Amino acid sequence: MGMETESQFHVLAVDDSLFDRKMIERLLQKSSCQVTTVDSGSKALEFLGLRVDDEDPNVLSTSPHIHQEVEINLIITDYCMPGMTGYDLLKKVKESAAFKSIPVVIMSSENVPARISRCLEEGAEEFFLKPVKLADLTKLKPHMMKTKLKKESEKPAKEEESEISKPGIEEEEAVIEILPLHQELESEQLETMVSSSSNKRKAMEEVISTDRSRPKYNDITTSV
Amino acid sequence: MNTIVAQLQRQFQGYIVSLYQQGYLDNQFTELRKLQDEGSPDFVAEVVSLFFDDCAKLINDMSTSLERPDHVDFKQVDSGVHQLKGSSSSVGARRVKSVCIAFKECCDVQNREGCLRCLQQVDYEYKMLKTKLQDLFNLEQQILQAGGTIPQVSMN
Repeated sequence: MGMETESQFHVLAVDDSLFDRKMIERLLQKSSCQVTTVDSGSKALEFLGLRVDDEDPNVLSTSPHIHQEVEINLIITDYCMPGMTGYDLLKKVKESAAFKSIPVVIMSSENVPARISRCLEEGAEEFFLKPVKLADLTKLKPHMMKTKLKKESEKPAKEEESEISKPGIEEEEAVIEILPLHQELESEQLETMVSSSSNKRKAMEEVISTDRSRPKYNDITTSV
Repeated sequence: MNTIVAQLQRQFQGYIVSLYQQGYLDNQFTELRKLQDEGSPDFVAEVVSLFFDDCAKLINDMSTSLERPDHVDFKQVDSGVHQLKGSSSSVGARRVKSVCIAFKECCDVQNREGCLRCLQQVDYEYKMLKTKLQDLFNLEQQILQAGGTIPQVSMN
């Protein structure tokens, strides 16, 4: 795949349904993201490089050590999965020192407000109702940008970036300059928020109102 | 050549519009078509095919669970309906989804007769949709073979 854009985000998508994996994969590709799909929470953790002890031992695939130094910019996971649910996965990610900064998004076919707030309180950035649409994925970019910027701010002097394969630092800085205010606001906002706040409530309201605001079909125009 | 393509395109448009109007498809099918492009030219057909395979399998499993009146595994049926509802929703298979909603209600109150009726209905609906979409895809192929492009159908 030709990658002209330097900032290609890599998303790890988790869903036990083959059908849903195919859907989310295409949606993400169409949004210019690199995608890796796995069919369970334990496989997701394995892919990230976390040890899986008490989980399903059958999870281990052909290669003995899947310890990948892959930079994942976002994890999007289904809520209802056998074994480890999306919520369990979210918790495990947020509890891990190495990966808690990775934004996590939960998907579910059921609109259960208690479930939504539980996930948001546990640290999920967004909660998407299935079927997920292309428009929903535009909400992901700010969260993924945060991780890239965070990494940049953590390594100010380094000129060689092993994790992020970019042609040159100058271009990276240019990206930061183009969106300074928006990004700064985002990270400030999120740092001052300890538990659920208006930001997250907004996400929940947004999510719940998605159903109602979906355009009712009354007219079709066709164009060739 | 041009007239043939135009004719086929009109036919296609008319057909897909009718599918929406008759409630076979909903907005989500439009969303699905947005995901198809030169890089993934068969995406819709692939996804739809996966969906129909799922339907066949789930219906078969649920049928087995509902078979014996004295020994119905409603949990299994519920799981099947849940999956079917999810995938039909993602594909835009509106009628199939509607039946799933009714199906779930029967399952929730453990109404075996109701479940059997819904099962039959969902079987009918998915097969019906399968034929309709096959016709639609055939029209698409004809357009492409005639050198034309497949019209975008947008809803307001």
